[in-house]
Amino acid sequence: MSLVLGAFSMGLILSLLSLGMLISFRMIRFTDISVDGTITLGASITAVCLSAGVNPWGAVLLAVAAGAAAGAVTGILHTRCRIQELLSGILMMTALYSVNLRIMGRSNIPLLDVPTVSRGFEHLDAAWAGADNKINLLGWPVPVSDMAALASSAVICVATALLLRYFLLTHMGTGLRAAGNNPQMARAQGLNHQAAIVSGLALSNGLVALSGSLLAQYQGFSDVQMGIGMMVWGLASIIIGEALVRHNSIGLVICGTVLGTILFRLLIAIALRWGLNPNDLKLVTAIFVFLALVAPTLAGKLRKRLCQGVVHARD
Amino acid sequence: MLEIKNIHKTFFPGTVNEVKALQGVDFTLEDGVFTAIIGTNGSGKSTVLNAVAGTFEPDAGTILLDGRDITHWPEFRRAAFIGRVFQNPFAGTAAEMSIAENIVMAMRRGKRRGLGPALGRRTLDEIADRVRELKMGLEDRLHNPIGTLSGGQRQALTLLMATWLRPKVLLLDEHTAALDPKSAAKVAELTSEIIAREKLAALMVTHSMQQAVTMPDRILMMHRGRVVEDYRDEMKRRVRIPDLIEAFNRVTKRELFTEPAAAMLERQYL
Repeated sequence: MSLVLGAFSMGLILSLLSLGMLISFRMIRFTDISVDGTITLGASITAVCLSAGVNPWGAVLLAVAAGAAAGAVTGILHTRCRIQELLSGILMMTALYSVNLRIMGRSNIPLLDVPTVSRGFEHLDAAWAGADNKINLLGWPVPVSDMAALASSAVICVATALLLRYFLLTHMGTGLRAAGNNPQMARAQGLNHQAAIVSGLALSNGLVALSGSLLAQYQGFSDVQMGIGMMVWGLASIIIGEALVRHNSIGLVICGTVLGTILFRLLIAIALRWGLNPNDLKLVTAIFVFLALVAPTLAGKLRKRLCQGVVHARD
Repeated sequence: MLEIKNIHKTFFPGTVNEVKALQGVDFTLEDGVFTAIIGTNGSGKSTVLNAVAGTFEPDAGTILLDGRDITHWPEFRRAAFIGRVFQNPFAGTAAEMSIAENIVMAMRRGKRRGLGPALGRRTLDEIADRVRELKMGLEDRLHNPIGTLSGGQRQALTLLMATWLRPKVLLLDEHTAALDPKSAAKVAELTSEIIAREKLAALMVTHSMQQAVTMPDRILMMHRGRVVEDYRDEMKRRVRIPDLIEAFNRVTKRELFTEPAAAMLERQYL
């Protein structure tokens, strides 16, 4: 049960990463690699702030602002300095590695016994808990701290998802989506396409840093290596989400992405339980994303061949 | 009033692919005048339109809109005053967004895009009313992705979007060329109707002599990056397709004569 609960909490936290990447990869169509750096940026800023006794919500806000600034710089590298998309992201990611080390002062900061955003929820949950400080969830006893982590990530995730949906349906959000879908059309309608990319990347990486901030609080440490491969995880989650929800209404796409991330975490938890070597996790994820990317083409070719077969048979 | 003054543009200068696209284009488009630009392939028709739209900056010359110098304005800034319909029916709309979302983009052309909801009930009603006027039955499909529509329907919507807020100039770049004959006729009819009703200044590039003779108030003929003929007022009313073809022939013949002459002079004096 605690495995499932953990996968859910982790999934909710990482769904913020997926939502951020949904904006860059799917809405403004920008292959943004800097994600691996900004998620660590969010985590390291949070770790330093919490160790210094800053209010956890203040630390979260600071992390989001730093992530947004990093995203905007990636965008400016691409639009103003005319550096290729991928290269802008790679430059940002590489630079952030050193920045993160500078911020933390060392490669790893453990967060033990510091107040986190789930602290408030612990008090709430404690009221529900029995004498053994456990909550009865569908028959299973669950520690208060686990329940609080789940509740806090759920509240933040749902609030962010709702805000994001609202934003994408405003005039500004519509402009952002149009800039990604058809830049020529967006410009012809008077939209500053470059500004849209910069602000889209700022929003995207702000969400990614939020995810990093919550991740550090949830797992109790920040590590300079923790961002490696996060981009592929996010992409895998988005792909699963798209398979779950085949629709292009904004609300459903956002729901699909959140559900996709949770499902992805559950699959990973199960695979690890069955004895998958954690070292192989990234390889397995990469193969999964590869298959998801080539499957539609392969299926199309196969169908074509089968249809041709039918025609030949008729001849 | 759009004034184009001595515009020059060379693409890929100094390379084997060098193209002298515009070599001193000079004309004025008065308010409420619908002008067609005709000419051979590579004569610079579309390049003139793109220069006005701001796709590139000209090498020399100025473009004035109502007396304001817009030569160095970026494309998106000019869009506040300029409506555009492209040759490719898929270029003017965002395929994955709904009809309503595409139109609401046009309703904010040149205005601030804030944090208010884009599609309120009143906005949707307004959109439905104007889409109904197209008589294409699209008012019931406002929430469908625009990519599910035919080229003709998309081009009609692009035209509606380009003129939703009255533009100072409407640019039409062979906007019926990629459509089937029936849709092309429908879009052409719609174009004339909107331009007449709104008394718009419009520049239309076309390959169809028929359109050039019947639709606009004025015809400019281009060749080799210059305006070579200008039919307006009484002259335009009298011009027929054979006259235009004759003018084409005259222009190309003149060139056959001048090219070798230039080569001859070069040989003798250089």
